Amino acid sequence: MDDTRTLRFFNRGPSPVARLIFFCVLSLLLLFVDARYQYLESTRKVLAVMIYPFQRLTALPGETWGGIASYFETQRHLLADNAQLRQRHDADAALLAQLQVIQAENAQLRTLMEIKQRVDYPVRLAEIAYVERDIFKRKLFVDKGSQANVLAGQVVMDDTGVVGQVTRTYPWLSEVTLVTDKDHAVPIQVLRNGLRAVVFGSGNISEMALRYMPVSADIVEGDVLVTSGIDGTYPPNLPVAKVSKIERDPAYPFSRITCAPLAGVDRHRALLIVSGLPNLPERPATVDISAEPERAKKRIKRSKQ
Amino acid sequence: MRADIPKDQEFLLPATLPFITLSLFVAVMLNWLPWQGWALVLRPDFVALVLLYWCTHKPHRVGIGIAWMVGIFADVADASLFGQHALAYTVLAFGGIVLHRRVQMFDLRQQSLHVLPMLLLGYAAYAAVHWQVRGYVAWEYFLGAAVSALLWAPMTLLLQALRRPRSDPNEL
Repeated sequence: MDDTRTLRFFNRGPSPVARLIFFCVLSLLLLFVDARYQYLESTRKVLAVMIYPFQRLTALPGETWGGIASYFETQRHLLADNAQLRQRHDADAALLAQLQVIQAENAQLRTLMEIKQRVDYPVRLAEIAYVERDIFKRKLFVDKGSQANVLAGQVVMDDTGVVGQVTRTYPWLSEVTLVTDKDHAVPIQVLRNGLRAVVFGSGNISEMALRYMPVSADIVEGDVLVTSGIDGTYPPNLPVAKVSKIERDPAYPFSRITCAPLAGVDRHRALLIVSGLPNLPERPATVDISAEPERAKKRIKRSKQ
Repeated sequence: MRADIPKDQEFLLPATLPFITLSLFVAVMLNWLPWQGWALVLRPDFVALVLLYWCTHKPHRVGIGIAWMVGIFADVADASLFGQHALAYTVLAFGGIVLHRRVQMFDLRQQSLHVLPMLLLGYAAYAAVHWQVRGYVAWEYFLGAAVSALLWAPMTLLLQALRRPRSDPNEL
């Protein structure tokens, strides 16, 4: 313990307080720049590539454990699984045959009525590399990144519904924000009657909220909510959530509607990235709209004069 | 109490740079393990603990600068804002350096009680940034600080044991 001497014979550099202030200011500066601007994304990517091998290393014990567990799965279990899957496949095949007929019919009707054709969205498979380690956020990482042409903004889903949205891409990884992330909004439509609304994440993994719906809105428990596709980000008709509880209190202007997400993030490893955003016609420029109040203000000023 | 002090000042090998680096590296790896659900809420911050250990025991080797750099890497790995972990670890390292003589006077149980407020301060810095940016705080996050403080004693014992000179089995 020779370091505990109080005499300062040697120059140890700036005092701890000076260092504290310097690094705190540096951190706050970085925080400000990162929160407000996009300048640091390239730096983040370089650092992410540097630590990528170590991150994969930490995921290794879990993967090995999963591998061992599946290796020792009994044959009986596999046979039962197989039989069940074959049964389901037969049922699905019958439905699929019907679907093809209906699709053809729909396409024909749409050409007759001169409505724009529906677009098919190419999907690609990605695996969850690891889930987020920060309890504040509902995010996870999948093992396809910008090297596999994944773009920020693309939708991620599993076989039952929308899981989330790609919010940041690295060369071999993408960060996916879940639909249950606090205040993450998804524009939806009630499957039963086409009522449009926006569903928000609650920060809780098994809960979402349908806000700002009037008390009289036609929503019942068990309604399935699908994406409406009018925002140009989410492809239409992907299931998102199911209404689980409705509280209608006349004291409040809006009813309190709780929904449960349909996709199970904690259940699978494989996810689908829906690539190809719907190519809607260009949105009219917003310059005119913002200029409008200016002119109105001027007019008011002039009238006051 | 007085009798405890000489026991603490046992002869330890000098902390070499590879050893410090390795301990920090192992701590970072432990933090990056796929923790989920309640395990994630109760997860101790191993990096904070190891940083605090070195800041209290070797304040001239590991300081605020190293804590800040480790924090930047943690920020990239966690996809948090640049500087969020860095700020928390900076505050933590400062606490460790300022109080290092005081902490070393006590035994391990009392040291844990000193470490807890420092950890809470670091956690609070992280949560405050999050609150400023996103507008809410998950209070169960602070449970991690308590678990970390409980782990202070085992971790100190482990690192001290690794720094103790190996006794030669052939001596005398």
